[in-house]
Amino acid sequence: MDLAATILVDGLIYAGWLFIVSVGLTLVFGVLNILNIAHGSLYAIGAYASASMVGAYFALGGEAFPYGSYVAMILAALLVALVLGPLLERGLLRFFYGRDEVLNVLVTYAVFLILEDVMKLIWGVNPYFVYEPYTLLGDVEIGPLFYVGYDFAVIAAAIVVGLAVWLTLNKTRVGKVVLAVIHDSEMSQTMGVNVQRIYLGAFMAGTFLAALGGALTAPMISVTPGLGVNVIIVAFAVVIIGGLGSVPGAAIGALMVGISRAASVHLMPEAELFIIYFVMAIVLLFRPEGLFAKTQARKI
Amino acid sequence: MRFNLLLAAVIAFVVLAAGSVILPDWAMFLFAMALAKGLVCLGIVGMMRGGVVSFGQGLYYCLGAYTATLVANNLGVSDIFLLTLLSSAVCLLVGMAFGPLLSSYRGIFFAMLSLALSMVLYGSLSKMSFIGGTDGLNIAAPTFLGWAPEGRPLQMALYIYVVAIVVIAGVLMRIYFDSERGLLTLATRDNELRVEYLGASVRNVMTYNYVFGAVLGGIGGTIAALALGHVDPEFAFWTTSGEFVFVAILAGSLSVPSVFVAAIILELVRSFSNLYFPNTWQLALGIFLLAVIVVLPKGLGSLVSRRKGSPA
Repeated sequence: MDLAATILVDGLIYAGWLFIVSVGLTLVFGVLNILNIAHGSLYAIGAYASASMVGAYFALGGEAFPYGSYVAMILAALLVALVLGPLLERGLLRFFYGRDEVLNVLVTYAVFLILEDVMKLIWGVNPYFVYEPYTLLGDVEIGPLFYVGYDFAVIAAAIVVGLAVWLTLNKTRVGKVVLAVIHDSEMSQTMGVNVQRIYLGAFMAGTFLAALGGALTAPMISVTPGLGVNVIIVAFAVVIIGGLGSVPGAAIGALMVGISRAASVHLMPEAELFIIYFVMAIVLLFRPEGLFAKTQARKI
Repeated sequence: MRFNLLLAAVIAFVVLAAGSVILPDWAMFLFAMALAKGLVCLGIVGMMRGGVVSFGQGLYYCLGAYTATLVANNLGVSDIFLLTLLSSAVCLLVGMAFGPLLSSYRGIFFAMLSLALSMVLYGSLSKMSFIGGTDGLNIAAPTFLGWAPEGRPLQMALYIYVVAIVVIAGVLMRIYFDSERGLLTLATRDNELRVEYLGASVRNVMTYNYVFGAVLGGIGGTIAALALGHVDPEFAFWTTSGEFVFVAILAGSLSVPSVFVAAIILELVRSFSNLYFPNTWQLALGIFLLAVIVVLPKGLGSLVSRRKGSPA
């Protein structure tokens, strides 16, 4: 019983993190039709920016009000989105709209390679530690188990992010316009929608979510080079399982991957590294386009 | 047509093999590795002609390398011909198991499912401490039908072996590309349903392309393992596969020799940027990749066919 509870809680914590990391990826794919490998780099840049901002916050006398470091983390993610979002979308990606999907994967792979080194140039290769925000929320006791409160804050953040994205898309005017662009960008343009701006906005939102994932993770780990390499493939697995472009799909995918990884860590540690891809392969075998994919007509 | 092909093959072999005398040691190693990787990329190009790109060709590269290493270390086989044959047989079987499955996937889903398979292998190998885990394994230098050279002669022998395999594989793939099934592959990329309505089986075509890719990947992995003397799970990591795709895109699907030219260019760009910008070689590689995509969207091969004036 304890084991099942442990697996469930560990799985939920991991799923919360996974969801934040992957929902931006699925959003960008849904709108721009680009599977963004550089999403992993944006995540890593978010982590670095957050580590720097939190470090600066405490250096400037933030000890008096340590909770302000959470604001610093979110500001760091916003900053990354405001700088890199327009730079990448306007400066590069817009030239590749409508090109082959796989070619676009390669374009973002190039961006990924470039950003990996840019990060090393800016932040060096030594690890950054910012543990303060991680310990602020104390511990949580569930039956015989102890958890760090911050982990549950990540789950809460994931729920907030999920609701915010879903409500924005489905209940606001802007969201409806975005859905229209996803459905048919040419038709939306003839109806007077500024499609360019929607693309830019969606990409910036995706960048923000990637950076936010990194920013929230920074206090839990030591921020080192190569952070993005593993994250991106895990995020791919989540969005592929859920169906590319689907926000509820990303949530289900994150839950499936999170819980199966937690189960594997506790029951079969040897499988920990590949269980994620194994789940992805199984899902694709039965649902070739993921769980929540829209059906599409084929041209003859 | 066939005569021209044979002539081109002989010329290619002579020119490349001459490198064994001319090239300094470091360059010969670099060329051998590039050509071995080029074999893997040739497999991807075969699939690309049908409109799908495998982001998990590291699976077969790694599988071939590990098969050769395990056979060499545990069964005492050191003959390069036998090792190549065995690991390509293993890759053939695995390719035949996954091929029919993957043949119904397209676009991003084909890419991601093949990537998932290669990452499963990466994850398993990393956790198997009895075969080295993430450290990998060493493999002794190969022998050539009983002849066991050392030093420079070993390098030369290995290099000439790669060149021979590359030329043979190149000729066979050219013949395959021009065959009925090879041409159906091109038609599939243009319009899959139409091919089905005309009575051909798209799945069959895709399966063949995948299986050829698997075998080529296995041979490439075997040679790379023997040249390096070491294998590790990174062979199956997604960034390795990403590089193969990079070479395939750089080469384009129009010409077979351009695949190997592209592989050599990538290795050269990588070694030199490693040498001159040790901290920013990935940046240099990324910029180079973007430049290629922008300037040569159809790959190096398009340079040649544009000059000939033949349609792509």
